[in-house]
Amino acid sequence: RLVEAGRVCLVNFGPLVGKLVVIVNVVDGKRVLVDGPSTVNGVPRQIMPLARLSLTIIKIDIEPGSRLPTLMKAYKAADVQKQWAESSWAKGIAKKAAKTKLSDFDRFKVMVARKTRARVVNTHMKKMLKK
Amino acid sequence: PAEDPPPLSPRRNVAKPAKLRESITPGTVLILLSGRFRGKRVVFLKQLESGLLLVTGPYKINGVPLRRINQAFVIATSTKVDVSGADVKKFNDAYFARPKTKATKSADGFFAAESQKQELSADRIADQKAVDAKILDAVKKVEFMKPYLNSRFSLSKGQQPHAMVF
Repeated sequence: RLVEAGRVCLVNFGPLVGKLVVIVNVVDGKRVLVDGPSTVNGVPRQIMPLARLSLTIIKIDIEPGSRLPTLMKAYKAADVQKQWAESSWAKGIAKKAAKTKLSDFDRFKVMVARKTRARVVNTHMKKMLKK
Repeated sequence: PAEDPPPLSPRRNVAKPAKLRESITPGTVLILLSGRFRGKRVVFLKQLESGLLLVTGPYKINGVPLRRINQAFVIATSTKVDVSGADVKKFNDAYFARPKTKATKSADGFFAAESQKQELSADRIADQKAVDAKILDAVKKVEFMKPYLNSRFSLSKGQQPHAMVF
């Protein structure tokens, strides 16, 4: 994964934590120009240090310094939202978020489900081992 | 000082009964944090005049009878049970008050024979059954509610109460 115009990244630090952004241009060895795009997730075009970004495998096809309309065209063409949602990275994030929201009763039900599944697996395992 | 200090005015501040937390409404499942039934999940019925909370196990599910609990020693969960069928109007602080026994002032009174064990009156048992009957019906309608109320709450490694949703 290269730091280049069109690279989609996840912000991992600062007030915009958790947002997906596109690298529009490179400033220097440590900073890049980044855009939401602003009409998609409200992240305005700004300079961001690379330390705050985690690169993804998603890349869109733009020239460095593309402005919003061109950026949006390429963004939609690549269907970044769909690619991201289907990635196991995004699914892992969603799973974690759902786990923190579980209520006490939900946690109990999860515990029961895990025990039920373990029982099924273990009885089957024992049968297989016997053979 | 030359003058006597003015006589103290009579105490006018009377402690008000504790305000009920917004998260606690009739039917809320509460987690008891201290006392004999610590860790048990019980159903909240109403707040009594003293501010204490009236709860019940129900008794058949987890062995907690109609009991008074202090709000401070309770975690309110977001789970609710339908207790609209249960009639709890007759229960008040006087119902739960311990009968006053005359203190024996003899020398060996301290080590005297065991404190009279309070026998469970038939009334209490009948009241318990009457209240619990309706609640049990409601509990049966929700899947897993019965084993949930039967289980005890505990923290496992990595769990942080301040970060948990109840």
